[in-house]
Amino acid sequence: MPYVTGEEARAATAPSDAAAGRGPGLLARLRDNDVWFSFTRSPITLVSAIVTLVLVLSALFAPLIAPHDPFDPATLSIMDSFYPPAWTGEGDPRFLLGTDDQGRDILSTILHGMRISLAVGFASVLFAMVLGVTLGLLAGYLGGVVDSVIMRVADVQLTFPAILIALLIDGVARGVAGPNSYQDIVFGVLVLSIGLSFWVQYARTVRGSVLVEKNKEYVLAARLIGLRPWTIMVKHVLPNVLGPVLVIATINLALAIITEATLSFLGVGVPPTQPSLGTLIRIGNDFLFSGEWWITIFPGITLAVLALAVNLLGDWLRDALNPKLR
Amino acid sequence: MTPTLSVRNLRVEIPTRRGVLTAIDDLSFDIAPGEVLGMVGESGAGKSITGSAIIGLLEPPGRVAGGEIRLAGERIDHLPPERMRHVRGRRIGMIFQDPLTSLNPLYRIGEQLVETILTHERLSGRAARDKAQRLLEEVGIPAAAERLSAYPHQFSGGMRQRVVIALALAADPQLVIADEPTTALDVSVQAQIIALLKRLCADRGASVMLITHDMGVIAETADRVCVLYAGRLAEIGPVRDVVKHPQHPYTEGLMAAIPSLAGDPDEKLAQIPGSMPRLGAIPPGCAFNPRCDFAFDRCRAERPDAYPAGATQAACFLHDATSAPPPEIAGRASEAGIRLVRAPAETGR
Amino acid sequence: MSITEAPSGLAAASTATPLVEVRGLRRVFDLSKPLLNRLIEGGGRVTLTAVDGVDFSIRRGETYALVGESGSGKSTIAKMAVGLLPPSAGSITIEGIDVWGEKSQDLQRRMRRRIQMIFQDPFASLNPRWRVGAIVEEPIKAFAMIPDPKDRAARVGELLSLVGLDPRDGSKFPHEFSGGQRQRIAIARALASEPHFIVCDEPTSALDVSVQAQVLNLLRELQERLGLTYLFISHNLAVVRHVATRVGVLYLGRLVEEAPARELFSDPKHPYTRMLLDAVPDIEMAGKERLAIAGEIPNPVNPPSGCHFHPRCPFVMPHCRTVAPPVFPRGDAGVRCHLFAEA
Repeated sequence: MPYVTGEEARAATAPSDAAAGRGPGLLARLRDNDVWFSFTRSPITLVSAIVTLVLVLSALFAPLIAPHDPFDPATLSIMDSFYPPAWTGEGDPRFLLGTDDQGRDILSTILHGMRISLAVGFASVLFAMVLGVTLGLLAGYLGGVVDSVIMRVADVQLTFPAILIALLIDGVARGVAGPNSYQDIVFGVLVLSIGLSFWVQYARTVRGSVLVEKNKEYVLAARLIGLRPWTIMVKHVLPNVLGPVLVIATINLALAIITEATLSFLGVGVPPTQPSLGTLIRIGNDFLFSGEWWITIFPGITLAVLALAVNLLGDWLRDALNPKLR
Repeated sequence: MTPTLSVRNLRVEIPTRRGVLTAIDDLSFDIAPGEVLGMVGESGAGKSITGSAIIGLLEPPGRVAGGEIRLAGERIDHLPPERMRHVRGRRIGMIFQDPLTSLNPLYRIGEQLVETILTHERLSGRAARDKAQRLLEEVGIPAAAERLSAYPHQFSGGMRQRVVIALALAADPQLVIADEPTTALDVSVQAQIIALLKRLCADRGASVMLITHDMGVIAETADRVCVLYAGRLAEIGPVRDVVKHPQHPYTEGLMAAIPSLAGDPDEKLAQIPGSMPRLGAIPPGCAFNPRCDFAFDRCRAERPDAYPAGATQAACFLHDATSAPPPEIAGRASEAGIRLVRAPAETGR
Repeated sequence: MSITEAPSGLAAASTATPLVEVRGLRRVFDLSKPLLNRLIEGGGRVTLTAVDGVDFSIRRGETYALVGESGSGKSTIAKMAVGLLPPSAGSITIEGIDVWGEKSQDLQRRMRRRIQMIFQDPFASLNPRWRVGAIVEEPIKAFAMIPDPKDRAARVGELLSLVGLDPRDGSKFPHEFSGGQRQRIAIARALASEPHFIVCDEPTSALDVSVQAQVLNLLRELQERLGLTYLFISHNLAVVRHVATRVGVLYLGRLVEEAPARELFSDPKHPYTRMLLDAVPDIEMAGKERLAIAGEIPNPVNPPSGCHFHPRCPFVMPHCRTVAPPVFPRGDAGVRCHLFAEA
């Protein structure tokens, strides 16, 4: 067989793509994507996604769609208190899910409360992710002392339950800021405390992936041309280790929401003037055994459904992104 | 004489959501008792899948969708799992590529050998252990008695592969399938392992199906060789003939592309343009036609059977008496050493 | 500056100062357990001498092949030559510049531009998340060779064509290509900085035979066209025979034989070289007289004393067990074996 040049070789295989110019269009590639395929084929995932979307959207547009404004004292009337849900005999059609001890519409408070829960949840997961991924990258790529220090701090932190850490930071912040200024920074503190209790997972996972990736030849090729370690970490290694991070983040979101709810339930979370789902559950808890069950049950159901839906989404994402299971 | 292994029209399919891929398409071959058949092909040609299909270890959703596989006359291709388990190990032994992962790192070598022996034979523990020791000695492991209590990680790569061979031969199988047994080993060890495998199988009268991409290993070890391309048979025949006088254009190109320790080092290596098509994109007609120097119209339209081509059989229309390649192509093919069924002079020029 | 011009003033392999000079190269790895473990479990430091005093030179335009099995140190030498791993002792000089010496940032950059590497694994050597065009463009950007993005894109297209790919392939991702094509992309990336010296670390070991031929021919063509110098690392002697001008055989970190390629294959001197050549299963199936193949490569952490090869050598003498042989010159070749000590 004769020696042929590269061009002839390429022409001989004649894939139709080369003639067309580019690969299949973006939309076609998305539709063809394995991940999308597994998404559309799994009914549980579809339902979870829809539920999550509905809840998130209603929380987002709460001020617009809530029938009442539960935080405006002017619209509240103590005469409206303790109405049961509208479909029971003694309910009032104005208040679909009933009212609490102060006359606030439960449905509206749930919508507004979900807003707070989701906001705190997202923010703390984001914070944990940024912190954890950065530390994991540094620990994995730089190794040596940096690695040891970061990992030992992580180890120590893991020995404390997340709630305890959150309580600790919260308490310290209260003490430092004093009762008045504390109100202003409470959200920041909440995000910080929940986020700080979660970063270790990200750091460990990312560190493990970085350890694998940094010995691969494409990283060596980047080192060869003299790129600085930070550039290599961010531009080359980071995109390849983010996959598992996404999965952890989704599952973490559910946990973050529940953690915030727990803190609020314990009374150390958001202030009662802007109740989250957890606060509502706490408020309702006092009345549970005197018969006004709706004040606690409905926020509780909402919280459970939200957490479950997000969790199931995270499960599906983990399986879909796992190359071994595909 | 009944061949040890007889494969007829084997078809292996892998259903995917994009459609059904045909990994092996209408493959037929025999292995005689005591013979070493080399199964050669590039990555994706289907040689490993053939081995897996024969021993019944196809990874789902892959399945044997057609044809038959007979071991010493008995059909084994759709046996219930329980019966296949008996066949596997007892009558067919398998050697995988990576000795590191073929042995369980948590168990001693002796335990693994004894387990295999006892699965297929009724022996006392003592007798099984003795047999294990004899096997280790046979494969050339020094101080076999002590080594029985060693763990896999305490052996070197070559030694581990010897143990794997011992495991495969423990139940005296009729057929041994070796999938790239030397690829992960150093050059100096490769030769030892190949020689060992050949000798042991010859001693026991076992047939060997040697799957590899290394033509050199085949040339030194096998009696006959089967060349696969895109899941189909390209050529099959005695090793000497396939290597020295290949009759299929793919085989011919392959042999010319392999650097050798003989021959002129300054000559550019002959290369085949393009690459083997992926399973989902096999062209119509002969799978090799886009890359073939001697392709003509019939090659693009129909799929060739395996035609007799001198000492070998080649799936190429150049060897079909009823086809009429254009004289120019026939001439070039002749020059390349392919002995056409009808010499160019006969095609009416 | 066109990529198709070879550095000026070149004939074929020039016999002037060698492009690459390696002197007394040594690399020791510390495999000891952490201090705490050593204190508790006992046991001392464990070191691995991967490269033990290696000397060789490569002339411009030449292809120097380093051959060896596992534990020979060839990959370690490759990494030290391109600046990825510092040596424990010795020096590597490329075009007169010491790769590991103190130098200004500017000189360091200029040196980096001259050296490139092609890796063994075509699947791991390209970042799976980057497009091919960006991968090939990266060295050009890193060395600020072409400021204008459009011109850069044009150069990337040129490079892809040079290695036999379509310039439009730049918008695809690596996983859309076969192993052989990825290796071509890797070659295009290596050429992007217009290097003079390329280290090829087993560039075709992971490829199929027919693809291997394409890539080897491509490397050869590029060498002729661009006046490149290669350090070619391989364990495959048949491949080496086709590409090398000069060959060095490594065993457990030492260079045991070095000779022009033709001579090494027609008249191998060192017993290990002879054993290696005999052991290669070859397609020619010549009924050659084979030396018995003895034993396996010993653990490099604890190599045999004296000449490392003595436990496996069919010609071993008492002297070999105690004294490590120096290199004995034989014309244009060198053998590290007591059998060749001239009286």
